[in-house]
Amino acid sequence: MKRGCSAGIPGDKGVMQMAEAHVHTVPYRTFVRVWLLLLLLTAVLVLTSRLWHQALSVWAMLVLTPIKAGLVLFYFMHLKYEKPYLRALVFLTLGLLTMVIGLLFFDILNR
Amino acid sequence: MSDSAATPPLVRKDSHKDYEGAKLGMWLFLFTEILLFGGLFILYSAYRSRYPMEFHEGGQHLNVVIGVANTIILLTSSLTVALSLTAIQKGNRRLCALCLAATIILGLSFLVNKYIEWSGEIRHGLYPNSPVLLRRPHGDQIFFGLYYSMTGLHGLHVIAGIIVLSTMLILVARRKITSTDFNKLENGGLYWHLVDVIWIFLLPLFYLAA
Repeated sequence: MKRGCSAGIPGDKGVMQMAEAHVHTVPYRTFVRVWLLLLLLTAVLVLTSRLWHQALSVWAMLVLTPIKAGLVLFYFMHLKYEKPYLRALVFLTLGLLTMVIGLLFFDILNR
Repeated sequence: MSDSAATPPLVRKDSHKDYEGAKLGMWLFLFTEILLFGGLFILYSAYRSRYPMEFHEGGQHLNVVIGVANTIILLTSSLTVALSLTAIQKGNRRLCALCLAATIILGLSFLVNKYIEWSGEIRHGLYPNSPVLLRRPHGDQIFFGLYYSMTGLHGLHVIAGIIVLSTMLILVARRKITSTDFNKLENGGLYWHLVDVIWIFLLPLFYLAA
């Protein structure tokens, strides 16, 4: 946070200029590639659920859906370019939720 | 700045902007959203394991074509909002505004599809407490209750996102968001992307798991 306040351009009335210190401009083509990959994964997911055996389609959902969410988080939401502490906070939150869902199924399966 | 002894010193509006603090604050808000929907996902998981057949059959009544079309719409809208940020960072205000306008139109298309989809289901008597649904097994009623709650809450977030991004579009047009001051747009974009992430999970849970 210490870089947040005064990384300004000299002589610019003390206004913080974010372009100076911590901004990573992602190229247009990176976003377009991620979008194409997301569409491809969606197509695979839909085709799997329609054509393949049910157990296989469940596994496809369990694997492909988090990958799709991860692509949005890492690229569209810039998590890939953020500081480690912010990434850690996101993983902590998602990890907590996953753990609670895991515990729920542990409870259901062992009743 | 006024140094008058009678009035407190004025702090210039733009004299202190904590870019990283603002972004951290936005992420903390997003965590509360994740946990809000997380609670509903937990509820879904618990009931799905209790009524597997009813949930399986319930999904067959939903319109997969609209579900998938809305997924493509939201993924594309995430792309346009991401492009708008790169555009403003590069100083291309016009492209930024165009991308934001495209995102808003895509968001509205999502809502139109949702309206068509819900109308069809309601016409078939598939809504909470409907006479048709009350005659069906308990699991079916829970499935449709969760379906309307979760997609409805998500729909409210889409409406909120459209309002936020429309505000961003106005700020870009008024040059309040610029190539050196785009934190609001970045945070507004984060909110929209989260709405997209939630839909990524709703698609398989309701539409594809049938």
